[in-house]
Parts: sequence; structure tokens; C-alpha cells
Amino acid sequence: MKRILAIIRPDKLENVKKALEEIGCNGMTVKEVKGRGIQLGVTESYRGRDYKVDLLPKTEIEIVAQDEDVESITNKIVETARTGDIGDGKIFISPVEEVIRIRTGETGKKAV
Amino acid sequence: MSAVLSSGDTAWMLISTALVILMTIPGVALFYGGLIRRENVLNTIFLSFVSFAIVSILWFMYGYDMAFGADMWGFIGTIANPFFGGVIEANTLSTYAPTIPTGLYAIFQMTFAAITVALISGAVVERMKFSAWLAFIPVWLTLVYLPVAHWMWGGGWLAQMGALDFAGGTVVHVNCGMAALALVLLLGARKNSNLLPHHLGYSVIGTGLLWFGWFGFNAGSALGATNLAVSAMIVTNLSAAVGMLAWMLMDKLKTGKPTLLGALSGAIAGLAAITPAAGYVNITSAIIIGFVAAICGYYAVSHLKPRLGYDDALDVFGIHGVSGIVGTLAVGIFASPLINSVTTGGLIFGQTHLIGVQLLAIVVIGAYSFIMTLIIGKVIDKTIGLRVDDADEIRGLDINLHEESGYRLS
Repeated sequence: MKRILAIIRPDKLENVKKALEEIGCNGMTVKEVKGRGIQLGVTESYRGRDYKVDLLPKTEIEIVAQDEDVESITNKIVETARTGDIGDGKIFISPVEEVIRIRTGETGKKAV
Repeated sequence: MSAVLSSGDTAWMLISTALVILMTIPGVALFYGGLIRRENVLNTIFLSFVSFAIVSILWFMYGYDMAFGADMWGFIGTIANPFFGGVIEANTLSTYAPTIPTGLYAIFQMTFAAITVALISGAVVERMKFSAWLAFIPVWLTLVYLPVAHWMWGGGWLAQMGALDFAGGTVVHVNCGMAALALVLLLGARKNSNLLPHHLGYSVIGTGLLWFGWFGFNAGSALGATNLAVSAMIVTNLSAAVGMLAWMLMDKLKTGKPTLLGALSGAIAGLAAITPAAGYVNITSAIIIGFVAAICGYYAVSHLKPRLGYDDALDVFGIHGVSGIVGTLAVGIFASPLINSVTTGGLIFGQTHLIGVQLLAIVVIGAYSFIMTLIIGKVIDKTIGLRVDDADEIRGLDINLHEESGYRLS
């Protein structure tokens, strides 16, 4: 099992959710987060003065999936969250040792 | 002919009074509340509300009399009716506005005192102790606002010299601007002195309420439902509109994009600048006043402040102080006897006296407010302490001073 952590533009969340539903990936946890990449944020102007804003609002999607589903899920996310401009985000994939469904106590594949 | 109560004038002044109350709570409170860090939103709003409450009480204990009571040496009014004793019961009409009750004139003026204090808070937000602010309000009201209001409006020495301030260019705006400057010099800069508004939507609502309420502020200062009130309302609206567009123009020229906060700031600069002049100038003059005030405000905020290095958090000096100075001088230039027969006119009517006394009013009131606020602030600093602990400032004042959060996720 793998944990897919995708950082995307907030306005792309709806598209990504819909696309993942189409391939049968329904479970996810979504958080509002702030972050920055290599471009170090943007400049905003207030009352005639410029301010560097280096932590931008982003949306984090966390999905735990079977190993064989990871590629199709990440492909869908890349496809639907991409604009081609700086700030589209990143996807991190890491192993998951165990999953437990609290309601039933099921573990492993059954609990994903 | 003896004075008779006019129900029309009284109705308009009741409405004007309510409009000016709306400017402070929640107008100024929301305008300021949207511009600071989210961790300080409640404290910032609270400063305006508590100012309004304290001034409301003190005004009727002794404030009105000190500002508008019988003149003593041109400096201060006599406290003849402490706690407003017997005034309302006597059903008298105001000596300042002979067609409305004395009590109505008094509460109308109270709203000016309250908003002046609340405006100062914009400079000190995000790092001043709440207890220090509570101590500051009554002392500043008594030692600064009441004498200054008496000098200009209560028959004091500046009024006797012919200085004009229709609705508060010196008493409200120069006064709060200079007091703000003094306080921030004592307080020092914030740990994080960026102006990154956490919720510009609040500021939009706050500015809308200010603009709306300003019709009570300026047109209400005609003290009746008269042609002068209509004239004041028109020039007030025009100056705000021109101020807004002028600031947008500056944004466009300097950074390539107009900003909403810039537009709001320009509107307030235009409103503040027309305030002393609203009852004395025509439409052309109002357009010039709004335009010049916004340009001067823009430079004060974007150039003067960073160059001098003081941290006037929400630009009380840069917008209110500077616009108050521009508008008060503008009275000396543009005042027209065709608009208001109390004046023989300013420079454009060939009169030089008025511009002289206007300048004197700015210098004296500005200097008095600045120096007295420095003294008051210093005393509070030595006793209560002006500034919160570093840790409280970094983590935010809402949770540390009030045990409340403006925003909660669950």
C-alpha cells in the first residue's frame, strides 16, 4: 500500500476529485495548507508598497491506495491539476505499513 | 424671534447622529479589523468598540461641558452641568444649533469624540496592551480632545480668530493623526510590520459604512435639514469618489495595477480632506481637494513612512493626518461666501486672513496633540507599560489578551 500526498492549486480540487471518482478512487483526506516552491511565492502590493508573500495557499490531498492503483491515480492528478505554470504543485508517494478501519477493525487491503 | 424646535432639523440630526455612530461601530472597527493579522482581529475590533463605550460615558459626565460649555480664557469650557444634570429635563434648545434640543447637539458631538479616539487605535494595533489603551482613552479625551474641540468649536481662541473647521478636519483628523504618530514613536515597530490584510472583505464593508456614515458626519454638521446640508453631502460624496480614483491612478502609474485597498484608502483620504471644508466649498473645489488629498496620502504612506521608519500600522497619520491638513488648508483657499455666509471667503476670493488662521490651527493643534500624546503615552509606559510581551505579540493578541479566537476550525 502507498500513501499519495498531492499538493495542488486550490481551484483544481473539484476537477481532481471528479477525475479520481471516474477511476473508482473515492477515499481521500483534504487539507488547506500553505507552502512555497522554487519560485518563493509572489509579490503583492498594498497602499503603494510591495510585499513578498512566500507562502501561498495550496490544497493537500491524501490518498492511501493499493500499489497497483498508484500509477493511474497519480496520472489522473497530474492530468487534471496541471496548468503548465509555476505553482502547479507536487506529488509525494510513500509506503504505508498498515491500515485499520476503525468501524470494523478490518486491516490491510480490506481496510483501504 | 425666539428659537423654536424644528422637527425636520431634529429628525435629520437624530439620523446624522446614528450615522456617525455607525462609522465607529462597526465602520472603523471592521475597516481596521480586516487589515491586520488574523490572530489580532478581535483585539483590533475591540479597541474601537471600547473607545466608543468609554467616550459615551465620559462625554455626558463632563466632556460636553469642557468642550462646549461657557468659555474660560479661550482655552476650555466650564463644567456647569456635571453628568448632564438637568439639561435634558430643561428641554432647552442648543445655543449652537437653535432649532434642535441641547441633548441632541451633545450626543451628535459625542460621536465625533468617539470616532477620533477609535481612529487613533489603527496606528497602535497588534502590539499595544489593552489595559494601556483603556487608560489612554479617558486621559487623551480629557487633556487633548476636549480642549481642541473647545478651541475650534466651543467658542475658544481659534474660533475667536476666525478659524473654520466644518466637521472635524483639525479636531478629528489632524488631532488623531498627530496623536497616532506620537504613540507609534513611543511604541516602536511591530515584530512583523507587513501590511498583509487577513480579510479585505471586512475592510470593504467597513469603508462602505464609513462612506455612508460620513453623510451624517459632514451633512449633519450643517446642524439642520438645510440647503447647506445638501451642499455638504454632495461635496463629501464627490471628494470621496475623486480620492478613490486618484489613488487608483497612482497605483496604476506606480505598479501597473489598481488595488482595492488603494481605492478604499483614496476614498477615505477624500472623505477626511473634505470634512473641514464640506460646508464652505463648491463642487470644483471638492474635486481638487479629493484629488490632492489622495495623492498626498499615497506619498505619505508609500514613501514618507518607509523613509522615516515609523510603524503607523494602519496609516492613521498618513491618511487621516495628512488629509486633515490638506482639507484644513483648502478651506483657507477655497472657502466661498456663496456657499456659506459665515465666511468672507478664502484666497480665491482675495482674502488672505483665513489661510493664515487655518495654518495656525493646523500647527497649534498638530503640535499640541503630538506633544500631549507623547507625555500621556510616556506616563502610561512608565506605569502600566504600553506594549505587550514579545511572546504575546508573536502569537497574537486575541488569544493572549482576551482568551478568544476570531476564527475556529471546529
